[in-house]
Parts: sequence; structure tokens; C-alpha cells
Amino acid sequence: MTMSKKILVVDDDPYILMSLEFLMKKNGFDVMVARNGTEALEILEKQLPDIVLLDIMMPDVDGYEICRHIKKSAKLKHIKVVFMSAKSKEPDIKKGYDLGASLYITKPFSTRELVKQVKELLTD
Amino acid sequence: MNNNVIAILSALTYLGILFGIAYYAEYRLRKGKSIINNGYVYSLSLGVYCTAWTYYGSVGQASTKGIEFLAVYIGPTIMAALFWPVLRKIIRICKTQGANSIADLISIRYGKNFSLAVVVTILCMVGIIPYIALQLKAISGSMNILTGTIESGVGLNNILGDNTFYISLVLAFFIILFGTRSIDASEKHEGLVAAIAFESIIKLLAFIAVGLFVTYGLFNGFGDIFSKAAKDDTLNKLFTFSDNTSFTTWTGLILLSMLAVVFLPRQFQIGVVENVKERHIKKAIWVFPLYLLLITFFVLPIAFGGHLLLGKSGVNADTYVLVLPMKNGASLLSLFTFIGGFSAATSMIIVETIAISTMMSNHIATPILLASRKFKTSGDSQLTNSILNIRRISILLIIALAFLYDKLVAQHFTLVSIGMVSFAAVAQFAPAVLGGIYWKGASQKGAITGISVGFAVWFFTAVIPSMAGAGYVDMGIVNNGLFGIGLLKPLSLFGMQGMDSVTHCFFWSILFNIISFVTVSLYSKKTAQETYQAEIFVDIFRYSVTTESSVIWKGTAYVHDLNSLLANFLGNERAEKILLTYATRNKISLDNNKADPRLVNFAEKVLSGVIGSASARIMVSTVTKEEELKIDEVLKILRESQQMIGLNKELRKKSMELEKATRQLTDANDQLKDMDKAKDEFLSTVTHELRTPVTSIRAMAEIVHDNSDMDEEQRQYFLSGVIKETERLSHLITQVLNLEKYESGKQQLNISSVQLNNLIKEAVQSIKPLADEKGISVKIKIPDTMFLVQCDADLVMQVLTNLLSNAVKFSPENDMVTVSVHSNLDDLQVCVSDNGKGIDPGLHELIFDKFFQAKNQTLKKPEGSGLGLAICKKIINMHGGNIWVDSELNKGSKFIFTLPTN
Repeated sequence: MTMSKKILVVDDDPYILMSLEFLMKKNGFDVMVARNGTEALEILEKQLPDIVLLDIMMPDVDGYEICRHIKKSAKLKHIKVVFMSAKSKEPDIKKGYDLGASLYITKPFSTRELVKQVKELLTD
Repeated sequence: MNNNVIAILSALTYLGILFGIAYYAEYRLRKGKSIINNGYVYSLSLGVYCTAWTYYGSVGQASTKGIEFLAVYIGPTIMAALFWPVLRKIIRICKTQGANSIADLISIRYGKNFSLAVVVTILCMVGIIPYIALQLKAISGSMNILTGTIESGVGLNNILGDNTFYISLVLAFFIILFGTRSIDASEKHEGLVAAIAFESIIKLLAFIAVGLFVTYGLFNGFGDIFSKAAKDDTLNKLFTFSDNTSFTTWTGLILLSMLAVVFLPRQFQIGVVENVKERHIKKAIWVFPLYLLLITFFVLPIAFGGHLLLGKSGVNADTYVLVLPMKNGASLLSLFTFIGGFSAATSMIIVETIAISTMMSNHIATPILLASRKFKTSGDSQLTNSILNIRRISILLIIALAFLYDKLVAQHFTLVSIGMVSFAAVAQFAPAVLGGIYWKGASQKGAITGISVGFAVWFFTAVIPSMAGAGYVDMGIVNNGLFGIGLLKPLSLFGMQGMDSVTHCFFWSILFNIISFVTVSLYSKKTAQETYQAEIFVDIFRYSVTTESSVIWKGTAYVHDLNSLLANFLGNERAEKILLTYATRNKISLDNNKADPRLVNFAEKVLSGVIGSASARIMVSTVTKEEELKIDEVLKILRESQQMIGLNKELRKKSMELEKATRQLTDANDQLKDMDKAKDEFLSTVTHELRTPVTSIRAMAEIVHDNSDMDEEQRQYFLSGVIKETERLSHLITQVLNLEKYESGKQQLNISSVQLNNLIKEAVQSIKPLADEKGISVKIKIPDTMFLVQCDADLVMQVLTNLLSNAVKFSPENDMVTVSVHSNLDDLQVCVSDNGKGIDPGLHELIFDKFFQAKNQTLKKPEGSGLGLAICKKIINMHGGNIWVDSELNKGSKFIFTLPTN
């Protein structure tokens, strides 16, 4: 492993955030966490993660908005976006992919599956 | 040019203008722009009430009898207020029944009775012809004054040298031109009405012109005239109320003129027959009295002026109006005054003659003609012309009779007394007409008896004395009574004294009329036809819509026969056309040889417009095989038509109910849609709220499971996280189920008497661990009184703990939360307050919505299900109480709820 991949996890639920941070670290990622949309945007100004795990329903700036921001910016648009959301309806999912997401998984999800898919995305 | 020629030329020119107006009105009608279809024109044409008697006579009366002249204008003014209920009903009846004269109206009401129509027609002739004579006298009199001719004298010695003769002739010719242009008398005389309205304007303007001339030309205004008049002994005496202007006279004259303004043939013609739209009456109610006021306004000044200036010269007071401008050199004004008087007289003569000639030809002459002649039932015949000729001859006859009366009898009376006698004559119709339209019990025999008796008494008390005065009857009757019986003196019947002759005549004739009308009606049997007509007349507003559809006729008739019958009067082409139009409109088949009863009825109605109802009835019966209707059949027809009306009402009601139901359904549907949407939203929120803890539980469980090597602290963290999230999950599930239970109404309140103090203490106790964690003290501020409340203790407890835990949750650490109770008149108010960050007032209502937090999350993710306040609100509302929040940002919050005490 030359350099560990950078991953940004964004979720307003503290338990989920904590769990994903633990898991991704365990799997050798360089992990950054944001507890809401605003924090996420702040981090994205300074850091350049390879992938973002993004919750959608957050109180201030929602996940769609952050994804739009990433894909609009020349500097950021190569970042892969994975949505994790309790929204499981077809239009919600389609909206996610339309915005340029690489993956959309619905809550509740298997963490084992998530780790596997994230790794696959980063080796492409 | 001598005066005579000028006067005659002006009068002829004036008649020419009248004819021009009539012609123009008819031209406009053909263009579809009727000028008489207008409330003001209608009101003005009612001004035909004001005749030469008004124009010349009221001045005469004012200067000899004082203000008594006003009575005949007060009566109509009172009557005008009753136009809407009374006149409108008569109009509606005449229109739906095809009546075109007062004789027709009465005869149709009382079973289309033939003899009744004849009696009414004769009474009209006898009563009104003297009145027409009076107008002729006024015209010739005024012309004589204008030209300085001496009266041509009484008698028929010098007819050819007599103005009146030529005037009568010209007028008769003129009326024939006016009144017999169309055979159908029920057609409107468009031109006639326009001309009469014009005449009303002319006479008003002329009279006002004289009034202004006298007041401001001969005197210095009203003050001058009145102060001078006040110094005059004769006038002074007249205008001081004394015994000679008695209450009975006033009442009598007012009542009499009230009836006259409706029942005089000319008033009936203009007010009812020529009425275009019922709503024009509404205008007439105020315009007509206003017209009367204007035309009587200058009566007193002219009368005073005339008396002051001419009183000693022996000039007849009836001629003051004309003599005043003449004697003072205003020749043009004199001519205008003469034309004004001429217009007043001609308007009356024209309308009165047309009205009476229609009655004469319809009810007397035509029936005789039809009876005497075997008319052909195929195609056109000379009937149309014959009937028109009958009308023309009737007109000539009326004018001739009036002329003769003028020459032979009228010289003995003043203008007014003849007019009043006519008023009393037509007043005899009032009981039969008014009784007929308001009382179903009025019967044919009653009407005939009433009118005949009234007529006889009228004749005896009004006509006999005047004939005696003229020398045609022995004066002994007047002085000693009929057959020498003292009680039968025509001027003091049954010893009645102290009334003037007109009031005396009116009183006795109308009294006998009413008594016999009512008595005979009560004791006579009615025919089927009568019963039917009585029903229709009295309830005309109920029936006027359906009279065409329900027809009281039974028998056999053939379309062909009806067609030929109508063709006799209307010509083949027109007869076919109107039958076809009617049949198409009412969906009656003409192919069937046998005629539908409605068609028979229609044909009769059309005919009655031409020859009057009684003749029409006879005509129709000659071509049809009629069967006698029994009274129960009539009643059945009436019942059916009433059922139709009832059915219609019912239908309208039903359709309104349906509309209402549809509206309600739409509303309910909208409500359901809203509720459905709300439920969807609720479900998706609940799902989301459930998925989040499940996600973290699964993630944490998997981590602990997969990482047996993690350190103990981390393990503890994740495991306790699993427990907390599970608690949150089960709490959420409980809350959702609770809410569902309250909202669906499945939750029954378990009411008991509860000590609120204890309940609060208990709640505070249960919240204590949570409060202690944040170092928060909970203070209870309750007065010493015991608060007893009827409520479900468990549920109220739930509300209290919820509010308290919210307060603790949102309080800063080491702060204080307060619970207080306040007792109102009929409820207890519980308040939970904290010093937290407060709530924006804009959100005060919203926070009680379900999942309000979830939809409007603040920066820090709050704890709880998002259903707590919604449940609190539900519970409090179920108890009949209220819950609300009192808070501002950064100033803490107070949650307050009330519980009713009884």
C-alpha cells in the first residue's frame, strides 16, 4: 500500500458516524468525519478525499447539495460519492445517481458489504 | 286670420302631431325599439286620469268650494301605494286569461258569463258617456271663450253652426284611425299609449305655464297672492275648515277616486290592458303621484288670482285658467292654454271611447252578428271587416251619444259633478273585481246581483235627480220620493241627510252592491267553470306558469275546424301559422286529426282577443262537441296542476339537496386526500425515524462481532450505544402506537378524581434522575389548596413527564425548572417553565405537529421521537383542555396546559 486512501464520512447520527469511522480506520483508510453538511463543506475546502460517504437527510445542508457542490467543482469532481440514506424510494435513488453518485445504499445496510463496495470503488 | 280659424287650425295641427307620434311609436315598434316599454312612459300615460275636469274644473272647484278638490288626487295617491299588490295581480290575470277590458275580466272570472259582460258594458256606457260629453263641452266651451263666440245654446236647433258638432266628428274620425288599426284588441295600442303620454306632458306644461304667468306675471309671487287672498272675505271663509267640508264628504271622495283610478275604463285600458311589463308599476308608484302633485300645484294660485281679478265680473270659475291669460293680453299663452285643455279632454275621450267601443263590439254587437249570420267555416270571409266595422260604428255611436247628452242634458251641471257621477258608476265594479281576485267564494250570481243592484241605486240617486233637473223626469220624485214614499227620495235615501249628493250616491250604491254581492255569493251554487276560474284568479301567481298546461275542457274537436274558425277572423295564413307555432312550442302533434284540448283552449284565447271571451266561447263551442264537465273533474284538473307545482317544488328541492350532497362529498374527498397525504408523510417519517436507529444498531453490533480484538472501552461504547438505540427504537414504537390509539379514538379515558398536587409530585419524582444528571433542580410552586381534577391519571402523568423531560433536556446545566398550578374559575392551569434557548414565536403552533423536529431539524440533532408534544396535545384535548407554549428566543419557554374542573 503506497499511500492510504482518504475517506470523508458525513452523518448527523453520532453512533453511525462513530461506527463508520472505526470501521474505515480498521480497513486502512485515512478517515475524516463531519457531523453535518456545514462541517463537510468546511473539510472539503482544505482536504481532498478520494471518496465521500454521505448521509442525505441532515438539518443544515443536505447530502444532495453537497454532492452537487462536489461534482460542480473542477477540483473536487473526481471524488467518488456514496450516498447512505433512509430514503429508499425510487425517485430519491435516481436523484442520487443523476447527481453523479457512484453508489446509493439504503439504511439499514450491512457494514461488511459497505466496506467491500468502497474498496472496489477505489481500486477501479 | 280670425281667432276661430286659428283655434281650429291649432287643434287640428295638434291632432296631426298626436297622430305623427303614434305613427312614429308604431314604426319604432316594428324596428324592435318600443318607446312605450318604459316605466316613465307608463306612468305618464296613467296621467290620462287628469281630464279637462282637472284642467279647468279643479280651479273652479277651488274657488267655490275650497280645498275639497284635492280629495280626488289624494285617493289615487293612496291607491298608487297599492298598485303593486292589486294592479299587478289584475294585470297578471288579464294577461294569462286574455282579458282586454274590465267587462272581460269580470265575465271570465265568473265562469265566462255572457250576461255579466253585457251588464258591465252597459253600465260603462251609461256611466261614462256623460263624462265624455263633459269633455266635449270643455273643448267647445274653451274654444268659444278663445274665439269670443257666444255659447251656441242648448238643444239641436243649430247643429251645423255648432263647434261641438265638428269637434266630435273630427275626434270620432281620429279615434277610428287610432283604435281600429288591428282586429286583435289584445294587441297593444303602441301608438295610442305614446300619444297619451305625450298629451300628459302637454297638459302639465300648459297648466304650469298658466300657473307661473298668474303667480309671477299678474302677481308678485306666491306670498303676494296668498296674502291678498287672505284678506278676501269669500276666500277666507272657504279655506277655514267649517261644517260644510265634512269628514264624510272627504272620506267618500277619497275612496271613490281610489276606485276610479283603477276601474275607470280609460284607467283600466292604460293601466292594465296596455301595460307592457309588470315592473313598470314600480315606477308608476311614485311617478304617477308626483305627476298629480305637479299638476295640482298651481290650482290654488290660479283660483285665488282668478277670484281676486275676475271674481266680481261674473266669469265662470271653471274658465279662470283660460280667461286669466286672455284678459291680460297673453295671446300666445292663451292658445297654449287652450291646447293644454284640449289635450286633457282628447286624451280622456280617445282612451275612454276605445275602451268602451271594444266592450260594446265584443260583448254586445259581435255576439249578435255571430248569432244572426251563418258564417262559413271555410277560408276567409268578411268577418274580419265586419268586426272592425262594428268597432268603428261603436266609436261613432259613443261620440254621438256623448254629443247628444251634452246638448240635451249636460248644460245643467258643473264640470265636476258629472265626473263624480261617473266615478260612482265605475265604483260598482269594485266588489266584483276585488272580491273576484281575493275571495274564492265570490260567485257569478253574486256578481250579477251586486253590480245590478249597485247600478240601480246609482241610477236612482245620481241620474234621476239630474234628469229631473233637466226636465225629463217629474220633479216630484226628487221632492217627495219614489211613488210618493218619503224614504225613497233620491237625494236623501232612507232619510239620510247631511251628505253631498255624490257621497250620498256612492255610499248607498256601494253598500247595497257589497251586501247583495256577498250575500248571494254565500248562498249560490257555483258551476265547474266558475270554481276553476275562481281558483285561478285568486291564486294567479301560483298558476300563471302552468295555466297553459292544465286545461279545463273535455270533448271532441278537429284541428281542421279550429283552423277554419280562426281563419274566419285572422285569415287562413295567419291562423295556420299561430296554430303551428303553438303546437310546436308545446310539442302537440297536428297530424292527429283530433285536436288536443290545449289547442282548443289556445284557439279560444286567441279568439277572445278578437271578439271577447264570451263570444269566443260560443264560437269555439260551435265547432267542437263539448261535454259537460262535472265539478269533481274540474277539481281533479286543479289538483293535478297543483300537484305539478308541488312536484316542481319537490324536484327543485331535491336537486338542491343533491348539489349540497355533491359539495359535501367533494369536501370529504378533499379531506380524505389530505388525510391520505398526511398519512403517507407520517409513514415515511416514521420509517425514516425507525431506519436510523436500526442502522446504527446493526453497524455497532457488526463491529463488536467482527472485532474481538478491540479494546474494552470501545467495546463498551458500542454496546451501550446498541442498548440506547434499542431503547430509542422501542420508545418510538410505543409513541407511534399511542398516538394512533388517541387519534383513532380507540383510547378510552379512564376518568377518576385525581389530586393534581400528588400527580405533579410523582411526575417530578420520576424525572429526577434525568434532572440530576444535568444538575438541574425542579421546583414545585403550588398553593396549599388541594386541586381535585376529574381526569385519566396515567395520561395526564404522561403529559407532565413529557413536558418536564423536555424542559430538562433544553435547560442549560445546573439550572432550574419550575412547575406551577394556577386555579381559574372553571379550569386549572399547569405551567412548566425552563430557562432554555426558547422557541421562535412563529413555531409555537407547529411544535405540536407530529415529527415537527424531524422535518425542521436544528443544528444539533435533538433526542426523542418527535411525537411527544403531539401526544400531549391529543391527551389534553381529549380532556377538554388546551395546551400552548409561551416563549421567545433566548428567554426560556413556558408550556401551559389547562384541565377543566367540572
